[in-house]
Amino acid sequence: MPDNILEVKNLTKWFPLRRGIWQFLRGQQRYARAVDGVSFVIERGEILGLIGESGCGKTTTGKLIMKLMEASSGEIIFNGENVTHLRRPELQKYRRSVQMIFQDPYASMNPRFKIRSVLQEPIVIHSLGRSYNEREAMITKALEEVKLMPATDFMSRFPHMLSGGQRQRAATARALILTPSMLVADEPVSMIDLSTRAEILQMMKTLHKELNLTYLYITHDLSTARYFTDRIAVMYLGKIVEIGAAEDVVEKPGHPYTRALIEAVCEPVTGKLDLIKHLPIKEGEIPSPANIPKGCRFHTRCIHAKPECWEQAEPDLIEIGNKHKVACRRYNEIK
Amino acid sequence: MTNVLEVNNLKLYYYTSKGVVRALDDITFSLQEGETLGIVGESGCGKTTAGLALLNMPMPPGKIAGGQIIIDGQDIVPLAEKEMRRHVRWQKIAMVFQGAMNCLTPVFTIGKLMMETMLEHKTMKKEEAWHIIEKYLGYVGLPAGVTKRYPHELSGGMKQRVVIAMALFMNPKVVVFDEPTTALDVIVQCQILNLIKKLKLEKALLSCIFITHDLATEAEVANRIMVMYGGKIAEIGTNQQIYSERAAHPYTKKLLAATPRLHQKVDHLSFIPGAPPDLLAPPTGCRFHLRCEVAMGKCSAQEPPLIEIEPDHKVACWKVGYKE
Ligand SMILES: Nc1ncnc2c1ncn2[C@@H]1O[C@H](COP(=O)(O)OP(=O)(O)OP(=O)(O)O)[C@@H](O)[C@H]1O
Ligand SMILES: Nc1ncnc2c1ncn2[C@@H]1O[C@H](COP(=O)(O)OP(=O)(O)OP(=O)(O)O)[C@@H](O)[C@H]1O
Ligand SMILES: [Mg+2]
Ligand SMILES: [Mg+2]
Repeated sequence: MPDNILEVKNLTKWFPLRRGIWQFLRGQQRYARAVDGVSFVIERGEILGLIGESGCGKTTTGKLIMKLMEASSGEIIFNGENVTHLRRPELQKYRRSVQMIFQDPYASMNPRFKIRSVLQEPIVIHSLGRSYNEREAMITKALEEVKLMPATDFMSRFPHMLSGGQRQRAATARALILTPSMLVADEPVSMIDLSTRAEILQMMKTLHKELNLTYLYITHDLSTARYFTDRIAVMYLGKIVEIGAAEDVVEKPGHPYTRALIEAVCEPVTGKLDLIKHLPIKEGEIPSPANIPKGCRFHTRCIHAKPECWEQAEPDLIEIGNKHKVACRRYNEIK
Repeated sequence: MTNVLEVNNLKLYYYTSKGVVRALDDITFSLQEGETLGIVGESGCGKTTAGLALLNMPMPPGKIAGGQIIIDGQDIVPLAEKEMRRHVRWQKIAMVFQGAMNCLTPVFTIGKLMMETMLEHKTMKKEEAWHIIEKYLGYVGLPAGVTKRYPHELSGGMKQRVVIAMALFMNPKVVVFDEPTTALDVIVQCQILNLIKKLKLEKALLSCIFITHDLATEAEVANRIMVMYGGKIAEIGTNQQIYSERAAHPYTKKLLAATPRLHQKVDHLSFIPGAPPDLLAPPTGCRFHLRCEVAMGKCSAQEPPLIEIEPDHKVACWKVGYKE
């Protein structure tokens, strides 16, 4: 088997925008370029964090990898096999190997199903577990893996009878029941509070070791990413602008956007009252993916931007050492 | 320093069909003029309930079951709803509700929403109202043009600014912020915290209460922190006391340890095993004892009172402040 479990090459997803009458008559179509040329690899057993502001295309990237939507262009290579255009029944097989956990565990579970049925659903869809006993054993095993014990007790509960943390565990159990080799976890802990958050991340780390799982961990929270991931990819308006070892990205950020993200993080230490934090980013909103700025897409908010940044072509990811890559034309001048 | 708010033995219970949920159980604290008091604790510990109680507006089936809320020298608990609406709520104490930014009526423009809020609380000429609206939009850093836009056309950060501006209209003495940054991402979060700090420096915002489950966010804004557990105060102290070795309650220490720090690589994040107590039938003695690593016999039998262990610093724990 290849070392890289997943390879994403120049992946794009352009959503067509609704057209006005004039655009329609002229045959023009504009797009929201939610994912706009994303490339990365994930090694087997690795945890890659995908970080960025709301709307930058993280969930869309996850859904493309899950093949919940079709990519506009680009390739997805899983275990050396091109899965970009898979159709049933091969798609079914692929979906067993890659599972996704969603941000809001409540919304992703049918409230009228008991946990047993919630977990049974994927088994039935994939026609696994021939007998009742076999299915029951699979459900028990998955619940025990996420430490929802005694499993028989939790099986007969409805989702609303679980705490936020327990619900996220149940969602994880459902993802694990098909024994996937990779999990895409989309903000798995952002809806649950601090003490439980630590517990869920700890559990996911244990599973990672015990089951040799690979994770794509999607979040906007750098603090948990630092703790949880091996490498971090920073995404801005549909593109990766920096990628490297988690420690390098946090301690030696190369891209001005990453620096702003890091600066913005709150830390539980005293002495910060009345101090207005000056973020190294221009005030104002993130541009729309329907209107991505020319040249470097970050230049409209970058405090270091010079004419070269918007006049010249978009900068590529350049290695700055230790497999740490940054897409900034002025990296050497501003570091 | 004078107290703008004094809360004595306040109780708010939810009278549900399953029994009485003691969501706020005998809380006593005060808020000084110009101060920001943070309220932190896990989900379900009663933070929102505390905020609603301070506005004397419990959500059904909740009722204030006892205690006093003294604002400006007046106890507002016995006041009739009509009186509360006319003279107290929004005029003296206002609240930015948890998730309010997602509840703005979608069919109205921001301007119309703001105008309605203004006129609901005070009779005034439209021109005068516009004048105030523009002034507060300026304070929260929004261009006057947003009044023509609809909620769905605004980003999360902008909507949060709108909601904050609306809470400030009547120039209340106290503003309660309930999780104002939780659903926002880091950069916007930071901008909203900056805004609150700026409003305080400019005195557009006087005293406030800042509710969140995130101790890291609280460190940025709160002069004093009140840590709640299971409807009670576990510890209350200054920013310097809570974010240091002086944090005394085992629960506070656990919460701090569970808060990830960006510039510190840890292999193991500690967490608090078990679940928060069921407030329909809270445990006897200290409500935290079932999850506490240092609990002793007495902890399950007798409830620890909130005692002062140093100036401004109070803790409710049998292990703290007593001679063994
Ligand atoms: N089905 C869709 N049709 C049209 N536009 C879409 C669709 N799904 C997402 N978008 C747009 O694509 C962009 C990226 O969305 P996405 O959900 O991937 O962001 P995200 O990084 O996951 O954000 P968040 O942190 O808020 O979850 C957004 O501008 C969004 O409005
Ligand atoms: N309307 C209600 N009826 C019955 N019980 C309620 C009601 N509202 C809240 N509760 C209960 O009161 C307790 C405190 O709830 P509250 O919403 O104040 O918690 P919180 O600390 O704000 O939590 P979160 O961090 O999740 O917002 C919880 O046990 C909750 O289940
Ligand atoms: Mg998303
Ligand atoms: Mg709340």
